[in-house]
Amino acid sequence: MTTTTATRKLTIARAMAEATAQEMRADPSVFVMGEDVGPLGGVFGNTRGLHDEFGPERVRDTPISETAFIGAAVGAASDGMRPVVELMFVDFFGVCMDAIYNLMAKNTYFSGGRVKVPMVLMTSTGGGYSDAGQHSQCLYGTFAHLPGMKVVVPSNAYDAKGLMTAAIRDDNPVVFMYHKALQGMGWLGTEKGATVPVPEEAYTVEIGKAAVVREGRDLTLVSLGAGVHHCLRAAGALEDEGFDVEVVDLRSLVPLDRETVRASVAKTGRLIVVDEDYHSFGVSGEIIASVVEHDHRLKSAPARVAYPDIPIPFAPTMEQWALPDADKIVAAFHQMLLND
Amino acid sequence: MQPTREQRLWMYRQMVTSRHLEERIETLYMEGKTPVFNMAKGPIPGEMHLSNGQEPCAAGVCAHLTADDVVTATHRPHHIAVAKGVDLDAMVAEIFGKATGLAGGRGGHMHLFDERVNFSCSGIIGEGLGPAVGAALSRKMQGKPGVAVAFLGEGAANQGAFHEALNLAAVWQLPVVFVIEDNAWGISVAKQASTAVPRNDRRAAAYGMPGHHVADNDVEGVFAAAGEAIARAREGQGPSLIEIETARLAGHFMGDGEDYRPEGEKDGLKARDPIPRYRAALLEAGLLDEAGDASLVAEARERVEAAIRFAQDSEFLPPEAALDTVFV
Repeated sequence: MTTTTATRKLTIARAMAEATAQEMRADPSVFVMGEDVGPLGGVFGNTRGLHDEFGPERVRDTPISETAFIGAAVGAASDGMRPVVELMFVDFFGVCMDAIYNLMAKNTYFSGGRVKVPMVLMTSTGGGYSDAGQHSQCLYGTFAHLPGMKVVVPSNAYDAKGLMTAAIRDDNPVVFMYHKALQGMGWLGTEKGATVPVPEEAYTVEIGKAAVVREGRDLTLVSLGAGVHHCLRAAGALEDEGFDVEVVDLRSLVPLDRETVRASVAKTGRLIVVDEDYHSFGVSGEIIASVVEHDHRLKSAPARVAYPDIPIPFAPTMEQWALPDADKIVAAFHQMLLND
Repeated sequence: MQPTREQRLWMYRQMVTSRHLEERIETLYMEGKTPVFNMAKGPIPGEMHLSNGQEPCAAGVCAHLTADDVVTATHRPHHIAVAKGVDLDAMVAEIFGKATGLAGGRGGHMHLFDERVNFSCSGIIGEGLGPAVGAALSRKMQGKPGVAVAFLGEGAANQGAFHEALNLAAVWQLPVVFVIEDNAWGISVAKQASTAVPRNDRRAAAYGMPGHHVADNDVEGVFAAAGEAIARAREGQGPSLIEIETARLAGHFMGDGEDYRPEGEKDGLKARDPIPRYRAALLEAGLLDEAGDASLVAEARERVEAAIRFAQDSEFLPPEAALDTVFV
């Protein structure tokens, strides 16, 4: 992205709000609805300022009624609007998944492509702050598994703004999954690496394109969201041991940029996938399969550092023990070398 | 609210057209499914939910709608699609799974979308209410004319989606009308065994909106209630709820043995078939004569036959077309 305009460091929350505001200024069909997105500005800050600028018609606080308002977003999107709707915690999908995966994701297909559903479903993911197992999940694999919706997961504010702009302009439904620890909300613990320079002007980051955020020759780490920052820390630690580590930030799960992952692993010969979502039947397995079904001549068997297949526990000792982090990634690499 | 002569004949024509369509589908559906019933066989595979008996609901409501108005329908959608003006050729072709169908065969009979007349339906109970609320919100926000009507069965009134949608529509005072087709059965479970109140229109009070009840599957009663509710919505006065006592003259789906029905119920319902009743009423009122009826029926039948021929003569898409249109 080349730009002559100024950049400032923004949190992901502010980057999301800025992208949304710019699209709302440019397109009267864009509007926001969800729980506490109005005067409060979203419990994770990602609609802050929108209510002041656009008012309660276009920035709508909803009842606690996800089935109705996400279903309504589908109906509005099919009728010429471009809703940006919030599911406050992704964990809440259980009360409204029908509207998401049976309507939002299928109406286009069931109409042979004639009915468009241009909406963004933004939802928070992730834990690490002892909110226990109904407010800390990632569920990336759950959403990416079900066809008909694009899924994006930014790791930093630059990508967050560009992906949000792209998502709002997309004629397909896009699930925008933002990690709470990256939002720049102090009370959730803040990953500093997510707060990066962001251009003031509107721009897009292409949905479906991964980014190589650190180049290396010895090992490929693939991750998304908060995991990218764990990978970058692990890469730094391994550099001190003399290893040259590449880090791929998936950025999108649907479409999945398998080419970038394969190209990286073709170069390094080693793969570790880092995912804060559950270990089994998820992103980590999909990434590994995408590589090995294409090329099995790796230097080492691929590995994954993912959340164990347990509900997320409350006690900090237990939760932190279970969460992926840089130390676990380094340990996984050491084990990989021992296994060779 | 009294319908004009033209409206009466229009409603009758929709009912006749829909019934003939269902009767033809019933025959065609059974091809290849005897002597052993196998849902996957024949020119129309899959589940089939026929609307025989429920035509007054569709005709009485859609008499007040134009192509600009939005309708979301149920898994039992054909009568509503006919009355809303869905392209009959493309609809029947979709029911056959053909390339010329509304979605090239990707949707089938429970997933009919015709954006030209703002019609859609879906296969899950209570699913269309949220989208209807959203379409109504869209019209209000855009300042565009048009109302939304969500059709649902009486069983759907026990779904969370029903209560959430009514609440949201009322809180935001949206131009939407919820129409319950009460055929008294949720597959095999009777309404009184599943629903805490005898009449769902009374549930409107919980959401501060008017509730209307239409007894005896009376198309003109539907017309009157819908007329009031839709006019109210068009005037920006908010949502309404209507419950219509209707009748499912077929099984829940084709192949349903209907052993759960009390002895004689089906015969009683057939004796009150709304189409011969309305025909008799129109004849008696002098709005229709025998010759006029014969020509109206013949015309409606020919329209259906033409759509069936169109579907039968159409090709299937190549199977790999299944990969297309996931995204646009």
